[in-house]
Amino acid sequence: MRGSDYVVKRVLFAIGTVFVAVTLNFVLFRSLSGDAVSALRCRTCTQDFKEFQRRELGLDKSKWEQYKIYLVDLAHGDMGRSLRTEEPVRSILWEPIKNTLPMVALGTLFSIVFGIATGVIAAWRRGTAADKGALWGGLAFYSMAPQWLGLVIVLYLAGWLGLPTSGVKDPTLGILSDPSAIEVVVDRLEHMILPALTLGLVIFGQYTLIVRSAMLETLGEDYVLTSRAKGLSNWATVWKHGFRNAMLPVITLVALSLGFIIGGAITVEYVFSYPGIGLLIVEAIDQRDYPVLQAAFLLLTLSVILFNLLADLLYFRLDPRVTE
Amino acid sequence: MSPVQTGAPPAEEAPPTRSLALRTLASPILREPSALVALAVLAFFVFLAVASPLLVGDDPKAQVGEVFEPPSRELPLGTDGGGANMVSMLVAGAQISLLIGFAAALISAVIGGTVGILSGFFGGRTDTVLMRLTDYFLVIPDVPLMIVIAALFGRSTWNIALIIGVIYWTFTARLIRAQTKSVRERVYVQRARALGARNSRLVLRHVLPQVTPLLIANTVLLIAYAIFAETFITFLGLGDPTAISWGRLIENAFKDDAIINEAWWAIIPPGLCVMFVVLACTILGQALEDALNPRLRTGHLSVRRFRVLPSPRRQEP
Repeated sequence: MRGSDYVVKRVLFAIGTVFVAVTLNFVLFRSLSGDAVSALRCRTCTQDFKEFQRRELGLDKSKWEQYKIYLVDLAHGDMGRSLRTEEPVRSILWEPIKNTLPMVALGTLFSIVFGIATGVIAAWRRGTAADKGALWGGLAFYSMAPQWLGLVIVLYLAGWLGLPTSGVKDPTLGILSDPSAIEVVVDRLEHMILPALTLGLVIFGQYTLIVRSAMLETLGEDYVLTSRAKGLSNWATVWKHGFRNAMLPVITLVALSLGFIIGGAITVEYVFSYPGIGLLIVEAIDQRDYPVLQAAFLLLTLSVILFNLLADLLYFRLDPRVTE
Repeated sequence: MSPVQTGAPPAEEAPPTRSLALRTLASPILREPSALVALAVLAFFVFLAVASPLLVGDDPKAQVGEVFEPPSRELPLGTDGGGANMVSMLVAGAQISLLIGFAAALISAVIGGTVGILSGFFGGRTDTVLMRLTDYFLVIPDVPLMIVIAALFGRSTWNIALIIGVIYWTFTARLIRAQTKSVRERVYVQRARALGARNSRLVLRHVLPQVTPLLIANTVLLIAYAIFAETFITFLGLGDPTAISWGRLIENAFKDDAIINEAWWAIIPPGLCVMFVVLACTILGQALEDALNPRLRTGHLSVRRFRVLPSPRRQEP
């Protein structure tokens, strides 16, 4: 297969997945669960009002008609209005995204750093106590429920580190004085660290295992032997010849575990009252605000699809052999 | 895709006997000490789950002391936010958590196994359609999907097991498809086909017994994912309001402000139970799968799997 064919194929697959996700979203929310008006559970509403609402939302049309309208609206970025606040969903999503993205990115960064550090040490000191410790540590964290680890961190670590355990910014910041840009950034980071750390800790175990086995595989290759024979230092051998080749599977794994990272982010944001997409989802569930829930879910799905595509393309860029 | 090399010696190519599945499953467990320990841990929790009505009586939620009473001689793990004995709550929780875990894993094994076998056995257009569908669903993030479905449809224990099971079939389908493709090409299957055996007979008598051990290994792994998923769903308030599960105990600890009361005994134990069971299922399932799935022996091939856990031993020279 030629390189360009591979890229086209991946892009087409991503488009196909987007279509499946969008359709699934429609089926789940419109066809199976009754409709949004009955979901309101409004006892005082008159029958006339309910009929009016149905017409307003287009629920009196056939399912097929509704599906077409849904697709056209979505293509224009219109995801309906919140049942609670009547605000357009698109504007409700904006603020939480800005909070969630850096937190999840920091959490992923933590997990990759922990995972690579422990994985490389485990491979390098194979069979020793360090190897066993790294493996079992990774496995144990990996078996913890993220929300539970979050609670444990709040209970034992937060007070000791003196870090805030809820919200996204200090409510007193900016009341008495005008905060400088640095103060604002530091405040944001302080609020982000504990949820990101929780995410990073529950995910890093799988990176440890993958980095370790990939490292062991590459360290057994002939070119590593050659580099040793050339007299390169241990560090240069591990870093230049072992590590860089062992990184390839990690890219795939980061993309594949995104679904889990995001799932974990929902519960972790809830524990830390961190106002991101996860907390928005929890609130939307609580208030039966289905348009918001639907849009948030669609957004998560689309971002996972996008990052999967990016990982595929990045992999191809780093290792063109993938097309063979 | 080329047929997968099984690495099995020709002697094992004999038509399967009834005890084959059992023997294939038992040997990797007996060989690996960590798998034996995992089996013991799992057996302990299964015992707790099964015997829980006898151990804790009818009403584990009964108030036996003050709210968040610290551990004492009579109450080894103190009381929770409702004054109930934490030990009884944990034992009762084992029942629902394991029930959901096993039921969901069974459902996804049935769906994934069927899709995988059909896809791998018939190949061609069936294979293309089914695998394309599987690949699409692999990318859609499963935990958010489960949360959304649970929010839209009911909150009974069985509903949750069903939701988790229906969503976790994709990995099983991929795995079983690969194995079926290799079994289909084996000599005795070809011979049976040449003798005029119908497809249904080939699948049931020759393919199914050969893929069953791998399917069971995968199901053990799925139990871990399912128990995990239950804690997610329940934590967001989407669980059965009357059922006590470990996920529910974590939720209770959070909702009842166990943190402000510094009641570590209400927070730590349910999470540890989840951790031990998930760890045990993962180690056990992985040990079995390692022994049975030759594709996993090359590290990089195993990457395309959710929450992959290559055995620490595999790469040892």
